[in-house]
Amino acid sequence: MGLFIAQLLTGLANAAALFLVASGLSLIFGVTRIVNFAHGSFYMLGAFIGYSLMQVLPGAVGFWSSILLAGLAVGFIGVIVELLVLRPVYKAPELFQLVATFGVILVIQDLALMIWGAEDVLGPRAPGLKGVIRIMDEPVPKFDLALIAITPFVLFALWYLISKTRVGVLVRAATQDREMVGALGVNQSWLFTGVFFLGAALAGLGGAIQLPKGGADLLMDFNILASIFVVVVIGGMGSLPGAYIAAVLISVLNVFGVAYIPQSTLVLMFVVMAVVLTVRPYGLLGREEVAGEHGQVGEPEQPIKPAGRSARILVLVFLIALACLPFVAEPFFTILATDVIVFCLFAASLHFILGLGGLVSFGHAAYFGGGAYVAALLVNYADAPMELAFLMAPIGAGLLAAIIGWLCLRLSGVYFAMLTLALAQLVWSLVFQWDEFTGGDDGLVDIWPPDYLSDTTVYFYFTMVVGIGGIILLRHMAHTPFGYALRASRDSVRQAEATGIHTKRIQWLAFSVAGALAGLAGALFVFSKGSVFPVELEIAKSFDGLIVVFLGGVKTLSGGVVGAAALTLVQDYITRFEYWRLALGLLIIVVVIIAPKGIVGSFRALFENRLGSAGDKPTGGTQ
Amino acid sequence: MRVTRRGLLTGAMAALTLSAGSAMAEDTIKIGEINHYKRMAAFAGPYKLGIELALEEVNTAGGVLGKPLEFIFRDDQGKPGEAVKIAEELMTREGTVMLTGTILSNIGLAISSLAAEKGYVYLASEPLADSIVWEKGNEYTFRLRASTYMQAAMLAEEASKTDAKTFATIAPNYAYGKDAVAAFKKALTALKPDVEFVTEQWPALFKIDAGAEVQAIERAKPDAIYNVTFGGDLAKFVREGTTRGLFDGRQVYGLLTGEPEYLDPLKDEAPEGWTVTGYPWYDFSEGGSNKAFVDAYITEYGERPGIGSLVGYMTVQSIAAAITRAGATDADSLIAGFKGLDVETPVGKIHFREQDHQATMGAFVGTTTVKDGVGVMEDWLYKDGADYLPSDEEVAKLRPSK
Amino acid sequence: MSIVLDVQGLSKSFGGVVAVSDVSFTVDKAELLALIGPNGAGKTTCFNMLMGQLAPTAGNVFLNGEKITGMAPRKVWRKGIGRTFQITGTYSSMTVIENVQMALLSHHNRLFDVRHYAHKQYQDEAMQLLELVGMQEQAERACAVLAYGDLKRLELSIALAHNPKLLLMDEPTAGMAPKERIALMQLTADIVKDRQISALFTEHDMDVVFAHAHRVMVLNRGELIANGSVEMVRSNAEVQEVYLGGGNLYNNAADTHHA
Repeated sequence: MGLFIAQLLTGLANAAALFLVASGLSLIFGVTRIVNFAHGSFYMLGAFIGYSLMQVLPGAVGFWSSILLAGLAVGFIGVIVELLVLRPVYKAPELFQLVATFGVILVIQDLALMIWGAEDVLGPRAPGLKGVIRIMDEPVPKFDLALIAITPFVLFALWYLISKTRVGVLVRAATQDREMVGALGVNQSWLFTGVFFLGAALAGLGGAIQLPKGGADLLMDFNILASIFVVVVIGGMGSLPGAYIAAVLISVLNVFGVAYIPQSTLVLMFVVMAVVLTVRPYGLLGREEVAGEHGQVGEPEQPIKPAGRSARILVLVFLIALACLPFVAEPFFTILATDVIVFCLFAASLHFILGLGGLVSFGHAAYFGGGAYVAALLVNYADAPMELAFLMAPIGAGLLAAIIGWLCLRLSGVYFAMLTLALAQLVWSLVFQWDEFTGGDDGLVDIWPPDYLSDTTVYFYFTMVVGIGGIILLRHMAHTPFGYALRASRDSVRQAEATGIHTKRIQWLAFSVAGALAGLAGALFVFSKGSVFPVELEIAKSFDGLIVVFLGGVKTLSGGVVGAAALTLVQDYITRFEYWRLALGLLIIVVVIIAPKGIVGSFRALFENRLGSAGDKPTGGTQ
Repeated sequence: MRVTRRGLLTGAMAALTLSAGSAMAEDTIKIGEINHYKRMAAFAGPYKLGIELALEEVNTAGGVLGKPLEFIFRDDQGKPGEAVKIAEELMTREGTVMLTGTILSNIGLAISSLAAEKGYVYLASEPLADSIVWEKGNEYTFRLRASTYMQAAMLAEEASKTDAKTFATIAPNYAYGKDAVAAFKKALTALKPDVEFVTEQWPALFKIDAGAEVQAIERAKPDAIYNVTFGGDLAKFVREGTTRGLFDGRQVYGLLTGEPEYLDPLKDEAPEGWTVTGYPWYDFSEGGSNKAFVDAYITEYGERPGIGSLVGYMTVQSIAAAITRAGATDADSLIAGFKGLDVETPVGKIHFREQDHQATMGAFVGTTTVKDGVGVMEDWLYKDGADYLPSDEEVAKLRPSK
Repeated sequence: MSIVLDVQGLSKSFGGVVAVSDVSFTVDKAELLALIGPNGAGKTTCFNMLMGQLAPTAGNVFLNGEKITGMAPRKVWRKGIGRTFQITGTYSSMTVIENVQMALLSHHNRLFDVRHYAHKQYQDEAMQLLELVGMQEQAERACAVLAYGDLKRLELSIALAHNPKLLLMDEPTAGMAPKERIALMQLTADIVKDRQISALFTEHDMDVVFAHAHRVMVLNRGELIANGSVEMVRSNAEVQEVYLGGGNLYNNAADTHHA
């Protein structure tokens, strides 16, 4: 009994930081509809700033004021980010802002390294709360009790702010209906900035308040990201009490998981999430998302047509030039080009569902890595020939996508995205921890192509045929009735359903096709690298895909491919420098701000404007 | 649409110009060094400094084969796929004669596999996974640092000397943690068949729920604990364990816990009385080769060396010795150079075994204590790696047949 | 005359609020039937139940004798009902003709075709449908740049793509200029006559209603209060009561003209 209570208290204490950080994310999303990937970075900054302040400010007063000041400081950093990075891109297509926040992550990572150095720092203990209290003979740290007491207070304060004050009324109104806020005569951008301040401050508080239980390190930004997304989704996007209940639920279950099924760590959280969302698709206290009824936010995509004759010739010339690469450039460039093509296929497959289908998958790496693992497992265990592995990789990845897609498509919008993320993480954690079968973190190695393909030049041609073939296939599908039905399902579900289109089935099939082609990219990858590891299934890999699709231009057909090629080449060059993350992060932010339609979209707009000023409007017609 | 293609072409052209710009080969012997300089900055930083220190010494002394030795450092972002690409670039474009580097085992394994496929020589300097030289071992890959198995076996030997019967283990839930626990259990059970492992805790890497782990271990009431957690997980585990009295009256064995990279961040809260492997750079006696290295390092950089510094330093020493012994820089000669190579290093003479390409670099085993506000090792002993490796027959069974 | 649509005791309540209560009526072949009533009377709710966008709380809907109650809209559509919406929901990323082709592809069960170019399918058929509503000139324009009235006409041609037996038109002329309204309803009336299909539409503009409807039904607070010929409804006291407390229906209609 004593142990049970002590375990419960441990869980409750662990929930504190998790709740603070997650509530900030939930708040920011609820009001601004921005999925803030950089929220983990705010958490990390809170920890480091809190640590630095505690070195200067003495005693208990210093300790607690350090935590508050860290929250404030991070809040102001949030404001800076909002003003400089996000404000210019509010009008961009939905979720485009997440690319900007990804740039912020990279910048903060390098800045934190510059300021605080590479070494982990251990958080100071809370003055006066260093020992334990014995509850039924079980030791319970005093600081844990403090955390347990503080969290409901913060929850109450937030609740009061939101339900009893004018600001809160506006926040709630904005959560439900953004246009209404404008109608109420409130400056919406001021409100956004304020909410960003509050959300970032909460993340900073979370980072600072966990210091006595751990410390600060440079990996904590990504390490907390999956957990807080899970908490926000389980609780219901935008719901603060929901976030609290979810944080407690996850933390307490985790404590008992550790005690009774120690191997379950990592997987447990995602299983809980899957169960909750099966019963309550919008989280414990969430409401069904009020999404725009028709299509995407922002300017609609332009009509598409298959490439004309001149464009085809250009592509052909380009492909011939590419095929000449091994003759004119050093061998390394064929390897680089192979990497580029593989990533382009991955991006194109994501773009297929994201751009044409309007389905934002945050977990697309699961299919890329899934395909790579299917191929590698077959080679490793069944000694399968590469040809068979290549056949099975897209099939396996497609099946995985079919299962995950089936589960996720019951939801839409950001809930859909979050569930794809969680299930992809589930796949990742299975691969990562099931090392008897998958090799775990040590991966599967020595997966090389047979002799006739082992030469890098030959493999490059093979990649060209398969990879570019896959890209062309996807592109062709966009122009077929199936692709049109997919776009119809995105543009207007109501209209599509009212004209006989089973939108969910179309989307499900498209999701599976995209998964299969990502799996094909994974197979190309594994045989070019000779090995595969769980990192190919990680969130970071999924994010890479999202970034390039958005950077390239969601609402253009070639956006994914162009973005992928551009990022791979830039990254190959930029990582040669010391502070490459800073440079890359800034570059991403700059591109986001000057080209909010993505690289292709913005180029096209520029191109059309120039034509337009010459008096030859492309959409001229009958007007 | 047209713009799109132009964009692609521009990219390709940029790539081509880049290739044209690659520098004329100077007359040096180049080594490709791949590491996670950003992802694991706290470890890769001292490692790089160790390399640079040794390079300076080697080149002042006339280099190797009459040429200066040069390292080309590249960051792999912590991604194995990226590391493989960079390895290819280093070997095909930069004119390096062999590869070295990596801390993370998975990246070490990825490069090792590439090395065997393409016929590149690779010295895995820091990664610990046993499989690099055993299950996944190959003709082209050598490893410098004492592996997981060797260090675990050293701790198991210490653990067998006490009368502790019941053990709890705590290790991050991934390949390294599992290897480390399996090796410890195997070695300890061999030495002391009546030990019992009463609980095994597997926190997720860098996501430890320390309070819960401490409660779970406490519940099993073990006589002793074997710890494999490191980094931020270790800090949290130590703090919760100390606060809740988990370590009172229990012997704890900590793999790598004594390495300055892990011990220093704990400051005065470093655990006391743990038996650990590590690097007591502060405690070497004057006149020895260990002391000479530490002094040279501190003089050069004004900061303490880590275990990474030592490994980096020894990496250069090993490579220089191997090339000198080989007399040439082609792969076959280098392999011959490494096989059976003896190198004089700060920790003494080490030997690259012919049977599995593992170097006999050992580890320092000692007891932790807090001195002047920092955790240190005392009563330490350098244990020669050669004594903690399985028999030749066993190794032969582990390594794949060629 | 044969009955195309038979609605029996249709009811819908949201929570405790009754939106539509016990509505029964029939639509005959080639009949142009208007459903009128003040805002919030339940017209759109009624439409949504007819086509399956909403499941009724009680009651049944029969299309040519077959029960279609509670069927998904896409199935109802395949049974032969076409619909236009109060607020248009055309595919904004496609051209005008592609919007029609999309419906044709669906009609011909070609949605899972991944071989042929969609924009080359059923071009002639689509063009004919566009000609029917006078949109052929704009076939290649992007849907997103169309004027609202053009969108309404486009929607009508889409709704006709699968040769429906019945057209449901929710405020087909809302947001159009008076001249356009008359023209569109004339067009609808012609189509009904030529193709021998039935149409049920809601409308605010009484001129439009009285000029073209064969029969008029009046819905108020979820209940059907009148159902009969134009003349009959026009002179119905209860209907006059509903429309501006007994004010003259003509005046009201005239007002909306200038609104």
